[in-house]
Amino acid sequence: MILKLSGVGLTHANGQVALSDIGLAIAPGERVAIIGPSGAGKTSLLRLLATAQRPSAGRIEILGADPWALSAAARQRLRARIGLIHQTPPLPPRQRVVTAVLAGKLGQWSLPRSLLNLVHPLDTAGAAAALARLDLSEKLFEHCDRLSGGQLQRVGIARVLYQEPELILADEPVSAMDPVLAGHTLGVLSEETARRDITLLASLHAVDLALAHFPRILGVRAGRLVFDLPAAALGQPELDALYANEKLQPTAVPAAAPQPSHIPRC
Amino acid sequence: MLTRGPLRDPAALPRLSLSLLALFLLWPGLSLSELDLGVLLQGDNTATMGQFVAAFWPPEHGREFLELLGRATLETLAIATAGMSLALLIALPASLLASRALSLSALHRGGRPAWWGALLRWPVRIFLIVLRSVPEIVWALLFVRAVGLGPSAGVLAIAITYAGMLGKVYAEIFESVDPRPARALLGSGSPRLVAFLYGILPNAAAEMLSYTVYRWECAIRASVVMGFVGAGGLGQQIDLSMRMFAGGEVASMLLTFLLLVLLADQLSRLLRGRLA
Repeated sequence: MILKLSGVGLTHANGQVALSDIGLAIAPGERVAIIGPSGAGKTSLLRLLATAQRPSAGRIEILGADPWALSAAARQRLRARIGLIHQTPPLPPRQRVVTAVLAGKLGQWSLPRSLLNLVHPLDTAGAAAALARLDLSEKLFEHCDRLSGGQLQRVGIARVLYQEPELILADEPVSAMDPVLAGHTLGVLSEETARRDITLLASLHAVDLALAHFPRILGVRAGRLVFDLPAAALGQPELDALYANEKLQPTAVPAAAPQPSHIPRC
Repeated sequence: MLTRGPLRDPAALPRLSLSLLALFLLWPGLSLSELDLGVLLQGDNTATMGQFVAAFWPPEHGREFLELLGRATLETLAIATAGMSLALLIALPASLLASRALSLSALHRGGRPAWWGALLRWPVRIFLIVLRSVPEIVWALLFVRAVGLGPSAGVLAIAITYAGMLGKVYAEIFESVDPRPARALLGSGSPRLVAFLYGILPNAAAEMLSYTVYRWECAIRASVVMGFVGAGGLGQQIDLSMRMFAGGEVASMLLTFLLLVLLADQLSRLLRGRLA
């Protein structure tokens, strides 16, 4: 098992319960999608798996090790083998795309190599290849603040592709892309996992994308794992129960009022 | 405004009380410092000041004096620059050690470092506080006794005081910029120094540069004050000229000063323009 969680819970410092009693086992080479309503705990779950957050209850095993039983140095080495794709990639606005992508391997490079790379990019071809797979190679020497939200997301994905981790965790990786690009990008991630026989976990808000690209689907609601099903076995009743919201009443569409020809300016 | 209920702004009460507290603290400050602007206009105080200032005109511009002025200006610039370089050597490592921005333990604790991490940062912060809490003029007096009259006392005094100031402000700049890029890098296994260079420095560089050039400008001014106690540069010349009641020479040197500050200002603008 590449990922093993039993009885895992997460309570924030302010007492808010983000996750409770999560049990999960994922084998090497699996592609798993996490779906669920906003605020259900999808991001918290991914942050737990990326060792960016320590669980407040339960046991967690990632790539064959309990990250919280390791020394800080060993945990950093474990983190270098995990690639986390952020929904809004945290990139310094003045950094160039090539540097941002090459930063994926900073956990594996020696200090002199990292320092030299900051002054002069050492593997421009590698960064260009990762960007080319996401159709972004023409932005190689652009500054990050010149990119749109969807382009930034692709830079974040290119960084993780360049990192070549054994486990890819993706938090809403395609939320700022149009449907065609989103499909293509998830295709690239699936192809990467198949080619290098690694594991992919992605949270998605678009159910159709999850069903199209992932053989196994996890449903998360109110911090609990509601279902863990093969995509083929997932039916409409489960989805309706997952996304049901008692607080929101369906709003009646107001009858089209005659548009005033003159809009007053205030 | 302060009505009870779910729509009450939770920040309203703290804001109001902070404003009242600031007003309350300001009044004793004014009376304790014995600030009385009336004294300036009383009797012959105005006339005395007038005579002092009148002696400043015309600024001295004899060839021999200008040569002396040029040499003193270069010496002042050299003191300030050498002092700042030494200060940077101390301030950069110290600020990295003192800043919470690179805490590994803060990564999985929602940004709050573990208690032992905070404890280890304290000695560095106290070191920086000691460096900057003693005024540079006192350091200069000390070093004039140790290394004798001349610029090297000024250089050492500036290096020590300014290392304390730069280290503190750098550490705070690192903590005030967006922490997420560095946290993401730390979270993917990169070492702390590298996470700083790739995640924090790109965001902090412009502000650090602006503060450093401003401090260089302050160092030029400070080197003048230290000249009065014999630490070389323009200050020593101003001191001599004042003792000889040569107001014109003082005026020329003040004008040189204005030019130096103007230069520092333009340099800062130019460098910031290149970075931003």
